[in-house]
This record gives sequence, C-alpha cells and structure tokens, in this order.
Amino acid sequence: MSFLSYLINGISLGSIYAIIALGYTMVYGIARMLNFAHGDIIMVGGFVIFTCVSTMGFPPLVGVLVAVIACTVLGVMIERVAYKPLRGASSLAVLITAIGVSYLLQNAALLIFGSNARQFTSVVNVPSLKLAGGALSISGVTMVTILTCIIIMAGLMTFINKTKIGQAMLAVSEDTGAATLMGIDVNRTIAVTFAIGSALAAIAGALLCSTYPSLTPYTGSMPGIKAFVAAVFGGIGSIPGALIGGILLGVIENLSKAYISSQLSDAIVFAVLIVVLLVRPTGIMGKKITEKV
Amino acid sequence: MAILEVKNLEVFYGVIQAIKGISFEVNPGEIIALIGANGAGKTTTLQTITGLIPSKAGQIIYEGQDITKIPGHKLVSMGIAHVPEGRRVFAGLTVLQNLYLGAYTRKDKKEMEDTLEMIYERFPRLKERRDQLSGTLSGGEQQMLAMGRALMSHPKLIVLDEPSMGLSPIYVNEIFDIIQKINQDDGVTVLLVEQNAKKALSIADRAYVLETGKIALSGDAQALMNDDSVKKAYLSE
Repeated sequence: MSFLSYLINGISLGSIYAIIALGYTMVYGIARMLNFAHGDIIMVGGFVIFTCVSTMGFPPLVGVLVAVIACTVLGVMIERVAYKPLRGASSLAVLITAIGVSYLLQNAALLIFGSNARQFTSVVNVPSLKLAGGALSISGVTMVTILTCIIIMAGLMTFINKTKIGQAMLAVSEDTGAATLMGIDVNRTIAVTFAIGSALAAIAGALLCSTYPSLTPYTGSMPGIKAFVAAVFGGIGSIPGALIGGILLGVIENLSKAYISSQLSDAIVFAVLIVVLLVRPTGIMGKKITEKV
Repeated sequence: MAILEVKNLEVFYGVIQAIKGISFEVNPGEIIALIGANGAGKTTTLQTITGLIPSKAGQIIYEGQDITKIPGHKLVSMGIAHVPEGRRVFAGLTVLQNLYLGAYTRKDKKEMEDTLEMIYERFPRLKERRDQLSGTLSGGEQQMLAMGRALMSHPKLIVLDEPSMGLSPIYVNEIFDIIQKINQDDGVTVLLVEQNAKKALSIADRAYVLETGKIALSGDAQALMNDDSVKKAYLSE
C-alpha cells in the first residue's frame, strides 16, 4: 500500500513538473530559446498568491486568478523587453540574457520580501481521500494537482489543434520563414506562447506551494531546472513529451526518495536523464521527421 | 499600370552586395521569368519582394503602394503569395492543415472552402492525400501542396521560386502546365524564378536575365529564347 501512495505522490509531483515543462517546451519549440527565467515566474506567482491571500485576505481562488494575470503580463513583458530585441542574435546571447532575467526576478523578490521563508497557505481545500479502509490516503492537493494537469493538457491540445492561433504556433515551430509567408505574425505568435507558458507557471506555482508550503525567492529555481530536465527527457518541443517526461521524473524522484535515499534522489533523477539522452538524444517523444527534398 | 514594380533595388548580406540595383516590372496577367545561374540573386530578389529580407536601397511598388518597408506577413492579405525554394511545406502537419494555414489571413469561411474545392480540382492528388502528413509526400506532391497552399490565400500575384527543382521530368511538365492554368484560368499574375530556363521561357511572356546581382538582359521570352548569348549560357545549346 505504501508503494501505491509513493507512486501517487510521485505522479502528483510529476504533474507539477509537467505543467512547468510545458512552458519550457512550448517556448523552445516556437522561439528556439531556453527561457531559464521560467522557473522564477513560478516563484513570482507564489508571492502574488501569498500577498493576495495571506496579506490582503482575498479568497484563494481570487489569489490564483490574480497570479495568473500577473504572470501572463510579466512573461509577455520579459519577452518584449529582454528577448525580442535579440531575435536573430546568437543563441548563447539569448541564453545568458535568460539567466540574467532569472537573477533579476530572484533579487527583486529578495528586495521586496526578504530571504526568510514564508508560510504559504494551501489554495486547495479538498478533504483527503481514504481508500482501502484507511490504509491508503490521498491528500486533496494531490488529487487537485493531477486533475489540473489533465485538464491543462486536454485544454492545450484542443487549443493547438482546433484554433487558428494554435495552428499558427505549430507552423512557426516548424518553419518561421514559411509561417511568415502564410501571413502569420511570428512576433505575435511568440508573445502568445510566452503568455500561455507564464499563465501555466502561475498555476504550477499555486500547486507547488500548496504541496510544499514554504516560499522563498529561490522556490522556483530547483523545480524550474527539474522541469527543464523533464522537457528534455520527454523530447524538448513536444507537448506530450513534457507530460510524459514530467510524470516520469516525479515518479522516479519520489520512489528513489522512498526506497533508495532522500539525499541522493536528485542525483538519481539527473543520472536517469544522462542515460536517456545517451540512448535517445532527442528524448522519449523527440521528433525525427524524415523530410524529402 | 504594373502590378509590381521594382526600382533600383539593392540588397546586402553583411558587407556582400547580393543585388546591385535592379529594376523590373510585372504587369497584371503576365507570367514573368527571372532566369540566371546559381548565385545570381534570383531567390534573394524574391525574398526581398515578399519581405523576408530587408533591402538597403530602392523601392518595391505593389498596386501603386510602396511595400518596401511592410513586414512580410502583412503582404499576404494584400494579395501576394510566395511559394518558396525547396517548397518548405510543414512536414509534421497534414496536407489539409497545410492548406488551411495558407488561408490564415482569410476571414470568410465559405469563400475559403470554395477555394479549397477549386484547389482539390486543380490538384486531385492533394484531395486524395489530405489527411497524410505532408512530410511523407513525394517531391512533386510537395510542390503541388506548396502551390495549393499559396493559392489558398487567393492571391493576385504568385511568386514561385524554383518550382521544378529536384523533380522528375514528368512532374516538371505537370507543374508548368499548372502554372499556366493558374495564370490563364484563374487570372493570377506570376513571377517565376527558374534554373530550368528553357521551360521558364516557354511559358513566360517576358523574362529578365540576372547575372551576379544585375539584370544583364531583358525582353520578350520568345526573343530571349532565340538570343545567341542566352542560348549559349542558359539553354545549353
């Protein structure tokens, strides 16, 4: 029974990674850049919810909504100010800028909120589920996290396959030049991608802080890196890949914490990544398109 | 009045000048061919017209309006469609998804579906393969898809870059027949870049010969076909 409980908690943690990984993978797929500031958007989302709920006394759902809006605006603004001027610059320049933005967000939060950890009040008020006569208990946060991940996945797939802007995103991710020739505004498509990724980061922030209720300016950094690993693991640029990579990573992390060593769990996660990349350099769902010329 | 007028166009790649002040015009209903050797600047010229590459000097006038500084994605709804070199279909998307992306700028769903039917009539193979990933099509089919996709925007001017490249002779003939039909039956003006000068001159009204970024010769396509220097350099006779 305890195995099942570890597994479910792993899937829940993995769902958070998956939601964050979506932001990495979509931005990479469409703008061909690694947005290393993405993890810190999660932290910003966490602090917005904290301020709304704990300081100003709004209901948790209002806090989440405000965080989604704030992070969306922030993400689009970062893209506009920091990344858009570098379109066409070397990918190394863009990468360094992204790391700079990440430090900027962390230090801005440090300046405003200080370095002391804040106690985050969970935004989820769902009672836990007792199964098998109380032997297996699934917490409300766990259930809500997994459910949210499923809803986001389904919503995103529908958005991409059924809407015009979704199809434009696919076109830009395949060939920016050809997309321009279709009349697609590439800059606008990239901005929309950042907006979606950042909104998802806010939701991930709410779920992450509800699961691990301690909030500091560095809260987003480790989950951000792990979600990046998950995105690479699943095949960066692929949306189903982000889901599979995220869930697998969460499960591996939780099971190694339970059965091997809680200190070594991160090392094991990264070791698995190295092995996967040695065997499949494009990741699990990595695209191998055979093009006829 | 010309539908497209290029005046003293100059384009640079870094410090290297690819286009050295070329001027030419395309009149409504014409098929105009730009021919020349590799590296003469044919593709660069087309990409500058459709806003993919910025120009350094000169003007591009389309239907009386200066479009030199208008970003490429806005030209599609103005009636310019570009079929790029190497076709560049969206390989991971189906044929139908590619065609719908061609109509990205169109608002009227009904008219768009009518255009789709028309394109299926012109390219029956695309209808047969509409649910197939376009990366799995043959080169000739991909060329048809690239042309169909461009026609989905209902253009007044279609710009074709090397449509015969890498195709078998049967497909080359088929593609050139279709270009003529698009021009004569649908009334679309055609600006065509080709290395296959013989084929291009055989369907064009007029042609310009590009040599290292300059226009070396121009005139009636029939006359150019009989020109000794053209024969020698481009028609391998």
